[in-house]
Amino acid sequence: MVIDYQAGNLTSVVRSLRALGAEATVVEEPEGVLSARRIIFPGVGAAGEAMATLKRRGLDRALREAFSRGIPLFGICLGAQIILDHSEENDTPCLGLLSGRTRALPPSPGLKIPHMGWNRVNFRGGHPVFADLPLNAEYYFVHSYYPEPAKAEAVLGVTEHGVSFPSAIGWRNLVATQFHPEKSGRFGLRILANFLAWDGHHAE
Amino acid sequence: MLSKRIIPCLDVRDGLTTKGIKFRNNIDIGDPVAMARQYYEDGADEIVFYDITASSDRRNIMIEVVRRVAREIFIPFSVGGGIRTLDDMREVLLAGAEKVSVNTAAVLNPQIIREGARAFGSQCIVLGMDVKRVTPSPKIPSGYEIVIHGGRTPMGLDALWWAREGERLGAGEICLNSIDADGTQEGYELTLTRLISEAVSIPVIASGGAGRPEHLAEVLTAGKADAALIASMIHYGTYTIQEIKEYLNHQGIPVRLIW
Repeated sequence: MVIDYQAGNLTSVVRSLRALGAEATVVEEPEGVLSARRIIFPGVGAAGEAMATLKRRGLDRALREAFSRGIPLFGICLGAQIILDHSEENDTPCLGLLSGRTRALPPSPGLKIPHMGWNRVNFRGGHPVFADLPLNAEYYFVHSYYPEPAKAEAVLGVTEHGVSFPSAIGWRNLVATQFHPEKSGRFGLRILANFLAWDGHHAE
Repeated sequence: MLSKRIIPCLDVRDGLTTKGIKFRNNIDIGDPVAMARQYYEDGADEIVFYDITASSDRRNIMIEVVRRVAREIFIPFSVGGGIRTLDDMREVLLAGAEKVSVNTAAVLNPQIIREGARAFGSQCIVLGMDVKRVTPSPKIPSGYEIVIHGGRTPMGLDALWWAREGERLGAGEICLNSIDADGTQEGYELTLTRLISEAVSIPVIASGGAGRPEHLAEVLTAGKADAALIASMIHYGTYTIQEIKEYLNHQGIPVRLIW
C-alpha cells in the first residue's frame, strides 16, 4: 500500500495511516503494487535517484499499470513531482502519469528556499480528498521544486511562496500534494482519511 | 504566505525532560512523550528534543523516546545531542524523527553534514550552532564565536563563516543558539540572529533568551528569524502556545492559528 523506493519518510506515512486505523503495508515489488487496494507514493530526496530506483525495481511500469486500472493513488512531496513527465531537477524524465513538468521555485531576495514550514492551500474544484478542510488550515511543506500539470483542471490547490504554485493536484484516480499530510497535524490526517474513503472517482 | 514557526524545545536526560539555566542546575520536570503530545495539541509547529543524557546507554533510551513520540504526534520533530555518525542519524530518523541536529560533531568533523545530507537529504540535517559574543578580531571578524561542549569550549571559528560553510556542506536549516542569551529570559540575541539569517538562504531558528511573547515578535521581525525556539516560558505554564501565537498575530506576524 505504501511504496518503498528508498526515498525517505515512509515510516511516518505508515504510522499516520495506522493512527487512522488503516492497514498499511510497505511494498517494494511490482506485484505488491498491483495487488494493493490503494497506493500511497511518498518520497523526499532527488528526482533522479528516485526514478532510477523505481526503474530498477520495475515499479515505474507497475505504477503506470495501477493508474490505468483505476487504483486510487496518492503522491506526496517528491511523489507529487515524479508523476509528471519531466523534472527540472537534474533534467530528469519522470513517470508521465499526468502531463506536466516539475519546476524549481524561483529565487528572489529575502525568500528562503527550500520552502520549509507551514503554509495555506487554496483548494479548488471540490475534490472529495480535499473536502471538509477549514480555509485557514495550514500544511507542512519542505521542498525546492513544485509540480506544474499541463492541464489547469488538474490543479486542485495552490500555495504562495514568492510565486503561486500548485500544491495539490489530481487527475482521474490520482491525487498528489506537495506538502506532507502525514506531518500536517489534524487537517493532514483528515486528507489521508478522505483518501482512504475515496473510490478513485471524481465527477467534475 | 509561509508562517513563522513556534518550536518548543525539550531537553531530555535519562528519558525525562529538564530545563537548564545556562546549561547548569538542570531539574527534571516531566515525561517527554506526554509533553510532546500536549504541545502538539496546543499548536506547536514543530518540536525539538535535545538529548543531554551522559550515560553509555543513552542512545537506547532516546531512541525509545523517539519511537513513542512518533506514534503520538503528526508534526515534524527533530532530535539533537550526541549525534556523531551516519548510523546515529539513521537510527533516529528510522525511529520517526523528521530531522536530526548536529552541533559539536559537525564542528569537529564538518563532513558529517555533507554525508548526512547525501544519505538522507538536506531537509533532515539541522546545523545546531552555539555562539558566544567576543571582541571582534582578525580570527573572529563578526565578533561571534562558535563554542562547543554546551558552551564551555571556544573553537576559534567565526559564527558567520561557519553558518555559510554549513549551508555549503548541505545543512537544510540552522538552529542558532546564543549562549549569552540562553536561560536569561530577557530576549533573543537579535543582532546575531539577523546577521546569520541574512547571510544564508536556508531557514534560521532563533534559540536562547525567550521569556515573553514580545521577544518572539522581535526576533521574527527585526531578527529576521524563520522560527523561534521556546522552553521555560511554556514549560512552567507562564504562557500557552496559543497565547503567544495570538500575540504574534496581533503584531501582524504570520503564524498558524488553527490546528
